[in-house]
Amino acid sequence: MNLLKGRSARAWTGFAGAAVALFAVAPAALSDFRLGLLAKYLCMAMVAVGICLAWGRGGLLTLGQGVFFGLGGYAMAMHLKIADAGPGNLPDFMQLYGTATELPWWWRPFGNPVFALAATVLLPMAVAALLGLFVFRRRVKGAYFAILSQALASAFAIWLVGQQATTGGTNGLTDIQGFFGYALDDPVNQRMVYFVIAAALLLLIALARQLIHSRYGELLVAVRDSEERVRFLGYDPANVKLVAYVVAAGMAGLAGALFVPAVGIISPALIGIVPSIEFVIGAAVGGRASLVGAVLGAIAVAWAKTALSEEFPAGWTYFQGLLFVVALAFLPGGLASLAKVLRRRGATAPAKAAVVTVGEAA
Amino acid sequence: MTVILGQTFTGISIGAVLLLIALGLSLTFGQMNVINMAHGEFIMAGAYTTYVLQKSISSAGISLIVALPVAFLVSGALGALLEWLLIRRLYLRPLDTLLVTWGVSLMLQQLARDIFGAPNVQTRAPDALTGNITVIGGADPLTFATSRLFILGLAIAAVVALSLTLRLTPLGRRIRAVVQNRDLAEVSGISTARVDRTAFFIGSGLAGVAGVALTLVGPIGPTMGTNVIIDAFLVIVVGGIGRLRGSVIVAFVLGVLQAVLEYSTTVSVAKVLVLVAIVAFLQWRPQGLYTLRTRSLV
Repeated sequence: MNLLKGRSARAWTGFAGAAVALFAVAPAALSDFRLGLLAKYLCMAMVAVGICLAWGRGGLLTLGQGVFFGLGGYAMAMHLKIADAGPGNLPDFMQLYGTATELPWWWRPFGNPVFALAATVLLPMAVAALLGLFVFRRRVKGAYFAILSQALASAFAIWLVGQQATTGGTNGLTDIQGFFGYALDDPVNQRMVYFVIAAALLLLIALARQLIHSRYGELLVAVRDSEERVRFLGYDPANVKLVAYVVAAGMAGLAGALFVPAVGIISPALIGIVPSIEFVIGAAVGGRASLVGAVLGAIAVAWAKTALSEEFPAGWTYFQGLLFVVALAFLPGGLASLAKVLRRRGATAPAKAAVVTVGEAA
Repeated sequence: MTVILGQTFTGISIGAVLLLIALGLSLTFGQMNVINMAHGEFIMAGAYTTYVLQKSISSAGISLIVALPVAFLVSGALGALLEWLLIRRLYLRPLDTLLVTWGVSLMLQQLARDIFGAPNVQTRAPDALTGNITVIGGADPLTFATSRLFILGLAIAAVVALSLTLRLTPLGRRIRAVVQNRDLAEVSGISTARVDRTAFFIGSGLAGVAGVALTLVGPIGPTMGTNVIIDAFLVIVVGGIGRLRGSVIVAFVLGVLQAVLEYSTTVSVAKVLVLVAIVAFLQWRPQGLYTLRTRSLV
């Protein structure tokens, strides 16, 4: 009981600290440009929260979070494009290509703000539920699931590029002007978008923490570590995994939706195979099973990408590859486990040395 | 009629390329349960080997023939090095191996960019492999590209060579033993570590051969590996691991399916439909077409 109290007290302190940092310190200390970048990183962190749940806790290596990020992003961007164009008009890129004389039928519902907002979260969840239902029910797991999720990302990106006239093709949906009536080129409104994103991130972290520390969270870890035993105990692991996958998809969808007003673009290059894996690397470097680690890792990796890739594009790629190799091969718990690993090393090093000497003598 | 035959041939030649790539994967995935994302970059290494050799050997035909064994050795050596440096430390963590090898593939791509430059390069195909063979003449001719026929022949030769090696040689016997029961093989006196490294060498070498074949049908570039690797992995997932037969059948079926769907819809829609077909197929056979029957739960 005491332990629980300690843990929850620490969580509250951390949560309050993060809120102060995001809502008071960062807006005061950072320029408008830097704050905009931070908003983008926080979107990456929102995806990482879902990855922490699905991969770190549930063992589901999902290499296709870009699909859900993209679905959320496109749902939001479609609404904003329609709103920008005004009633009766076509979005600018459709006029440019001149192929469509009226809005395609599947664009029309997104003109309704309530539908579009709901779709940013529910559409990714529905797609994840459909794929997850088929895949988990038939006990397709481990690497097979990872490959299928990656193939989904690849197919979705290729499909988007192919539908030039209705999705903007390779360019994606660009040049978004307004956000529910607020002009996005106004710095004040950009700050407002940042605050919305920061609040959403804190909300998702709180939600994920509740899930992780609930009975469901225990079950999820049990499925990750020994799926067959959980089955023998009378649970259906497929449902347990499905919930984690669907929740992670919803979180990625929300992240994508908020990414659009923060950055002003959504395109296939942001959601294909490579960005999907980049979502995973942040969580892996920070610590996949630790919420704090995954979130900070995602922010740090996204920041490092902007900082390094501008000055040394080649160096960044080597560094990114090396990060993957070092973090996963030698520190599977991520930076969140570094202190623990070092402490254990320190404690066992003398004993280990003794064994080596004995072995050499013999 | 000629349209159907033509599309079928296109599909079979897509399947042959898939098969060449998937063959090495089926060995490394089946043998060690290792998902090697850097396999695509071993293909790239094979393709660049062809490119370098053609610069020093003027005759396109001779350089292509020389490139086959050299690319096998180059990619195989890269694979053995990767196995020795990283993969053998990660045996019990297949999903981490996937991400680690992805990191390696990023670095290899950048290395290629630094050495050969970011733009794609081309090789000259030998004259014998540039034309078409007319199968049905007349007003509605049916022609097969000789380069495609060569790749088909190469794929068949690779399958035959690999299955003979696995079936007849002592090495093949050891590889099969480790695939079927690693622990029992180990206590029977087989050095599984050495067998693993050899299997990884052969599997990666086959990627190099696939790279040589790809120079005949497309440009050589740093990202050529990533473009094909997902499809090759899908072949393994659908074909089932541990048996070559599954990969062979599935590679050709997926190739023909892709060609037919591309013909009747568009390239991008075909990709989506193929994926839907694969997920549907896994409802029926979740472990793939052929599997080794074991009594284990997983």
